[in-house]
Amino acid sequence: MPKRLVIVGAGTGGLMVANFVARDLHSEIERGEIGITLLGEQETYIYQPGYLYVVFDLMRPAQLMRPVRELLAPGIRFVHDRATRIDTGKRQVLRSDGDALDYDVLVLATGSGLNLDEVPGLREGGHWFYTLAGALRLRDALRRWHGGKLVLTVGVPHKCPVAPLEFTMMFEQWTRQRKVRDKTEIVYTYPLGRAHSIQAVADWVAPEFEARNIAIETFYNLESVDHEKRVAHSLEGTDLPYDLLVSVPAHQGDELGAASHLSGAGNWYPTDRHNLRVQGHDDIFTLGDATDLPISKAGSVAHFEAEVLADNLVGVLTEGAQPTSQYNGRAFCFIETGLERATFLSFDYEHPPTVPEPTNAVHWFKQTYNRIHWANLKAVM
Amino acid sequence: MDLAPLRIDARGSFCPGPMMELIRAVKGADVGQVVVVLSTDSGSKKDIPMWAQKAGHEFLGVDEHGDYDEISVRKAH
Repeated sequence: MPKRLVIVGAGTGGLMVANFVARDLHSEIERGEIGITLLGEQETYIYQPGYLYVVFDLMRPAQLMRPVRELLAPGIRFVHDRATRIDTGKRQVLRSDGDALDYDVLVLATGSGLNLDEVPGLREGGHWFYTLAGALRLRDALRRWHGGKLVLTVGVPHKCPVAPLEFTMMFEQWTRQRKVRDKTEIVYTYPLGRAHSIQAVADWVAPEFEARNIAIETFYNLESVDHEKRVAHSLEGTDLPYDLLVSVPAHQGDELGAASHLSGAGNWYPTDRHNLRVQGHDDIFTLGDATDLPISKAGSVAHFEAEVLADNLVGVLTEGAQPTSQYNGRAFCFIETGLERATFLSFDYEHPPTVPEPTNAVHWFKQTYNRIHWANLKAVM
Repeated sequence: MDLAPLRIDARGSFCPGPMMELIRAVKGADVGQVVVVLSTDSGSKKDIPMWAQKAGHEFLGVDEHGDYDEISVRKAH
């Protein structure tokens, strides 16, 4: 009987873990000693950071998509279905088609999704760029943009914490390119008392936005949207009229966690911050957006976690070893500061980030990464 | 009935940061419930009372533990 690794979720974290482990254990897989199954709800992988470029007509949706099966290392079995519940007693993943997958070790890479219903009126009155459909709708709104007041709001928690800054700065330069900057008012709001949760970023953003005539409204947590009057209300009592409301909606974990009694508030899995075990379950691990760790929900985090988790899974599967590799909170985030320059943040649990001077070179590095991300997913880079 | 406090370990959190974790927890808490956030970020001691005042929640105080702080807020509405 082979040792069975089941990975639920075929996003960045799930694919990377599957590919890292399959490449390390290809001999064991060929000999039938190890079996790897990846269960994914979608047959097409979408590179989500690309949505930001779709909005400004800088990338086409087809450039962001690849069939999941084309991204898998040899030896991985892909099952296209949704997991409905984990039976931790029987060590089974129950599927929507009624079948079950038996596991010895389970990885939950179920990601995060938008919670659009938390804010009444947001669905009717707002735009967002965190789904492909949302990005296309916002792209169409921008194609019709001839000036007015744009208000950007930020929900808690949300994926890719620098994306609201990127959108704002890209939009500002985009309006200049289209000769409508003088007819455009931009208001960037943020839930905290400064423009970003990272102090170094907030210190950099404040003068940058002032120089670009972008208004900053702090302590602004969107509570409701009056889509008929076009006014955004905050729980702190500030009302902002808008012509275009772009919201980064709050995110939540997948329902699978709640259905399986494995997740806590927000449907996030309680996670050991170093070995990525779901707390209380020696045979279940998690990574990426799905964890409750106080770190960025970002592709780079899923990547660095996947490297650590794969190291540990190889030991667990082949020797029954305890996890020894530790995730250190590492994250790396590009920040587009317009349409021609970018900077980046690099940090971990012990070392806060600084903000290097934005350059054209970093912008092109990001553009290159957007086109070679596939090699990273395949665990060959 | 007293509700058990929600404790959030945000030590080492630079992004999204302890205050984001606190806001997230307060939104999900019951009215009257206390949310305690553990923070190594020195700015939290200043930012969290300001946010609690602006959002109309009750700031309960800071317990300093050497290399980290425990900051408490009661959800008021």
